[in-house]
Amino acid sequence: MSAVVPDESGLPPLRPPASENGLIGVVRRRYLLKLLVTREISARYQGTFLGLIWSYINPLTQFCIYYFVVGFIFNLHAEIPNFAIHLFAGLTVVHFFTETFGAGTRSIVRNRALVVKMAMPREMFPVATMLVSLYHVVPQLVILTIASLLSGWTPEPVDFVALLLGLLICGTLGLAGALFFSAANVFFRDFGNIVSVFNNFVRWGVPMMYSYEMVDDRFGRFAQYYLYNPLADAVLLFQRAFWVGTVDPGHKSVAAMPDHLLLNGAIIVGVSLLILCVAQFVFSRLENKIPERL
Amino acid sequence: MATSIVVENATKYFTLRYHRTFKEVAVAKAKGRPTSETFKAVDDVSFTVEQGESIGIMGLNGSGKSTLLKMINGVMKPDEGSILTRGRIAGLIATGAGFHNQLTGRENLYLNAAILGMTEAEIKRKLDDIVEFAELGHTLDGPVGHYSSGQKARLGFAIAIHVDSDIFLADEVLAVGDKPFRVKCMKKMRQIRKSGRTLFYVSHSPDSVIKMCNRVLVLEKGRLGFDGDPTEAVHYLRYDEGDDLDDEIANDI
Repeated sequence: MSAVVPDESGLPPLRPPASENGLIGVVRRRYLLKLLVTREISARYQGTFLGLIWSYINPLTQFCIYYFVVGFIFNLHAEIPNFAIHLFAGLTVVHFFTETFGAGTRSIVRNRALVVKMAMPREMFPVATMLVSLYHVVPQLVILTIASLLSGWTPEPVDFVALLLGLLICGTLGLAGALFFSAANVFFRDFGNIVSVFNNFVRWGVPMMYSYEMVDDRFGRFAQYYLYNPLADAVLLFQRAFWVGTVDPGHKSVAAMPDHLLLNGAIIVGVSLLILCVAQFVFSRLENKIPERL
Repeated sequence: MATSIVVENATKYFTLRYHRTFKEVAVAKAKGRPTSETFKAVDDVSFTVEQGESIGIMGLNGSGKSTLLKMINGVMKPDEGSILTRGRIAGLIATGAGFHNQLTGRENLYLNAAILGMTEAEIKRKLDDIVEFAELGHTLDGPVGHYSSGQKARLGFAIAIHVDSDIFLADEVLAVGDKPFRVKCMKKMRQIRKSGRTLFYVSHSPDSVIKMCNRVLVLEKGRLGFDGDPTEAVHYLRYDEGDDLDDEIANDI
């Protein structure tokens, strides 16, 4: 660092260009983030007649398929009351994670025009993807709320806390994964495919097609290890928020729900934030080589 | 006078990879061929720029001019050495800043201005000036993918020049513009120079460098070959040699 010369008072300091990087830099430049997010949302439905309605149609159709195939053909309706809500609550939060992770991983490569020529915090792109995914959660929450209210749900404050914890877990972990893999994806595009494969597993590693009661029943004392999967907890938190309120409290599927769900959720949020810090550290290390490798 | 840019022993390595897939790398290794090669795009460059100086950068294609500019801009970081700058930086790197081809000119304008550090209020205030300067007419609301390279350069330059920056970088901005636009740009850059902002100007044209700059850095294969008076720099590069026929042919383009 060079010594400060007296006549430089009142001037901005000498510093490395683009030093305001990292997630902190992203938070500081909210207007740019807003532009990126709105651009992404409008670009996704550009040229469509139905526009934003598609963000409702997509999850709704997926929901219907699962509902009929898994619910009626595999006959899960019999064991899990209001199976539709049980499934859709999980689907919403898992989809939020897979979208953030998958699209976030590709975000740097996709925005290479900006990345190689403009100085800006590159974390901006994964973060923007996360917010776009969050935006798409809203219509699903609307569907979920209506369906749950119709099934006899009375919202309680604790439901809201569970909902928030579930979103925080998936948002933070999705972003952490996106940060790490978006940088890695620049070096080898294989990482984008690895993430797709991983996301396929995620859908079956959480209790939404099947109930936690089944896990508890078949795994026995190993069921606690199942809960080490943070996404499974996020799904359970979402089911705590919407589905539990619609089912008779004495039902065995509700009684089997794990204890201390909210406390565990809060701990997982803390751990997720730590993982996010590690991802940020790795990203900063890889970032130097990104412009030349794109 | 305060220092505006301090570059100390800046070095940037580039790695050329000949093979990318597993199969290709395996075959190359088996045959004993190199799979990658590292070279220095910018090699141990040091200089200091005072505020208000206008610096020309010259050198043949591939001599590291754009890489140096990208490091000053903050797009890249030097692998060795350090670069320090003071204040806000704006400018164009290699004609036509990062634009999204699917977005309209206007959307790109907002995005680019925000990336260069303008606030929402600032963009709204300067929007008319930028639009007027770019002279794109109704094409401004068409997708940038349909623009000619000249039109892209117009928009990019119009945005960058309206940022209240302390350092302005211009990398071959005028190479693709038509004559009226080039004149306009040169006038604007003179204004910048007079206003006491630091100017960094990359060009292959000896005449405009001599007119615009009070100091020229010549890069040769990434190394700083010359640092000093513009006329001497042109002489150093032997751009003033060669017979008149060469000049004539070059100017015909």
